[in-house]
Amino acid sequence: MFTFLTQRILQLIPTLFCVSILIFGLQQLLPGDPALVMAGEERDPAVLEQIRKQYRLDQPVPVQYVYWVKGVLTGDLGESMRLKKPVSELVVEKLPVTLQLACMALLIALAIGIPAGIVSAVKRGTAWDYGANIFALWGISTPNFWLGILLIFLFAVTLNWLPASGYVGLRENFWASIATTIMPAFVLGNAIAAILMRHTRSAMLQAMTADYVRTARAKGLAERRVVLKHALRNALTPVITLGALEFGTLLSGAVLTEQIFTIPGFGKLIVDSVFNRDYAVVQGVVLVTASTYILLNLLADIAYVLVNPRLRA
Amino acid sequence: MKSLRIAAFAAAFGMLASGAVAQTTLRIGLAEDPDILDPTLARTYVGRIVFSAICDKLFDINEKLEIVPQLATGYTVSPDGESVTIKLRQGVKFHDGETFDAEAAKFSLERHLTMQGSFRKPEIAQIDRIEVVDPLTIRLALKAPFSPLMAQLTDRAGMMVSPKAAKETGDKFGLKPVCAGPYKFVERVQQDRIVVEKFADYWNKDNVHIDRVVYLPIVDSTVRLANLRAGSLQMVERFLATDVKTVKEDKRLKMVSAIDLGYQGLTLNLANGPKADNPLGKSAKVRKAFELAIDRDAINQVVFNGEFLVGNQWINPRNPYYQQSVPVPKRDVAKAKALLKEAGVTGRVELDFMVTNNPETRQIAEMLQSMMAEVGFDLKIRVTEFATALKEAEDGNFQVFLIGWSGRTDPDGNLYVFVTCNAPQNNGKYCDPKTDEEVKKARVASDLAERKKIYEPATKRLVGDNEGPIIYLYHRGILTAYTEKLEGYTQLPDGLIRLVGLKLKP
Repeated sequence: MFTFLTQRILQLIPTLFCVSILIFGLQQLLPGDPALVMAGEERDPAVLEQIRKQYRLDQPVPVQYVYWVKGVLTGDLGESMRLKKPVSELVVEKLPVTLQLACMALLIALAIGIPAGIVSAVKRGTAWDYGANIFALWGISTPNFWLGILLIFLFAVTLNWLPASGYVGLRENFWASIATTIMPAFVLGNAIAAILMRHTRSAMLQAMTADYVRTARAKGLAERRVVLKHALRNALTPVITLGALEFGTLLSGAVLTEQIFTIPGFGKLIVDSVFNRDYAVVQGVVLVTASTYILLNLLADIAYVLVNPRLRA
Repeated sequence: MKSLRIAAFAAAFGMLASGAVAQTTLRIGLAEDPDILDPTLARTYVGRIVFSAICDKLFDINEKLEIVPQLATGYTVSPDGESVTIKLRQGVKFHDGETFDAEAAKFSLERHLTMQGSFRKPEIAQIDRIEVVDPLTIRLALKAPFSPLMAQLTDRAGMMVSPKAAKETGDKFGLKPVCAGPYKFVERVQQDRIVVEKFADYWNKDNVHIDRVVYLPIVDSTVRLANLRAGSLQMVERFLATDVKTVKEDKRLKMVSAIDLGYQGLTLNLANGPKADNPLGKSAKVRKAFELAIDRDAINQVVFNGEFLVGNQWINPRNPYYQQSVPVPKRDVAKAKALLKEAGVTGRVELDFMVTNNPETRQIAEMLQSMMAEVGFDLKIRVTEFATALKEAEDGNFQVFLIGWSGRTDPDGNLYVFVTCNAPQNNGKYCDPKTDEEVKKARVASDLAERKKIYEPATKRLVGDNEGPIIYLYHRGILTAYTEKLEGYTQLPDGLIRLVGLKLKP
């Protein structure tokens, strides 16, 4: 177990190195001149010159890269050109928001997706099955921004039950915080629920025909117990992996949903920064989310080993 | 949320009962997230809206674009135009309790002029030095007479910052700005909100009635308006012209509009690199034909519900500097075709048409495309993301570019950097010594009538005879909507939301 862990952790180093080069390189491919964007309408040549110098834009790309990596290794993610604020501060500011939204979305997805998947597998070919499938199709094919605007019009403008957009922190006011995040979380969770439902359904269908299920039935167990205890347990493993991966994606920020509901998370930060060519912020945020993703993968691998003794060899 | 509101109401009621006055909060939806809140380093249009709450300026403007006092009480220009004496208001305090006086004014202006990365420097670069005459008087010695200077002092270059706070925080001043405006900065959560509260020692405090103002950047205009209709905002800036009907039909809302100081137009590549080598770039006659193909009114009606104002000069037709002798041309296909023939153009003219990416500009581009096709121009629309488009324009990688300018109070700010030889924003690389001379002369003259006269031949040349690099199309209406509970709001052409004098009924 120990060698496995050290091996996996050592593997992280080249991965992270590649990620850092990718992040930096891809950004250089973006057309446009950050100094020009930064200068906005006042495009005085002297001002442009000064910006280029201050942010080392006048130096070769490899040199800029070395400066950046040096900073990152010493815990300095750089400073936002546009906001004159350290990137690490921005990340710390946004992380709880994105984390809260991701957790709520995943909870909603699990609460809808898994029961729907079970029901449609158990009652295969009935109206329940078709209903769940139609829901899944709808969930996958509805654009987030459209569903978002519809929800705003229904729950905020017409019924006046929920605030139309904005964000209140959890510690500031718990219920207001839930009220501001419930709609975006539902929009995000809904799409994931559809995917989870499809996977649960097919895994369950497979499990239901397995020998141990037949044995369980032959023993005379109640159908409810057969489904939930014997079939579901085995069917759930791939679904949980999928859920973990979707969680990783949610953590990298939900660009459109955050934009519509004005949730100040990673997605909004990254979009604004790309449009403003605020390189340091884009680099910092992508690095943090990429690292989180890699870490989640590592945790998933470890969990596999813990669950499945056959992998320990 | 409902229970929250009830709780808030109960709290407010309780306070009333105990003799205190209920807190009033005005929540304003902004179209973008402002950049840094330091008047010297800021550059966004929307940031100015927040500054109008926290940072007073030496001067302000009124509806007629006249310069009126704010932190200054008046000014005199020496007969040779080379020095300006400014009298300052007595009894003004900064948010940190420091006194505003001549030394503080000198400090603020010098900060704009010398700070590293200052965006104000080019605006007031004509100031050579600042002298303190007495505690409430400063004198600006200019390098040369420069009449647009006073207009600059009605915007960010005229904003005064507390010297003590500015010295302490340096280039981080914008994270917690300390100025002398009606509201003081409380907090900012990036991309979420900016909160300001009433400043108890404001020099004009008797006219400040709202206790707290919260600015919330909400980029999507449909969502911004939905927030207003749902009651979670009391005001939104720049809603879409196509939503005017919705706002007018909602009895709980009011709207105002003002035509802005800027323009939207087509920049033509006259001499910027090899792409300039085309009939449109080479011949003023072809450019005239190009302009005559455009039906400006149709664009205004179709895309903007008729809420904007069509135009053909760098200032709008309601501006005192507008030259009536050069009116907006009407569409004339026959004449356009004849002109093309005269210019010796045979066959169709294909043009690379760069357009920034948003629904309105794409719609305009398509309308122009079909109007032009009738005359003989084939516009190849190239939708380009904004930051990329800026660079492409600089590099001359375009033939026609649909782009606008947010505008300045003084006409010089809409003209000089676009048409003088080698000016930073002259992307079409137009250059004519006569125009240069006239535009420079207008910077020295100070009388409106005199300056307007100087601009007349330049106007005729640039837009009347189509020698210039820009075909001006229309001027945007600044559309602001707010709850009917808000009283006393007027919209000025600079797009700022002025809070002094506003009242919010419970």
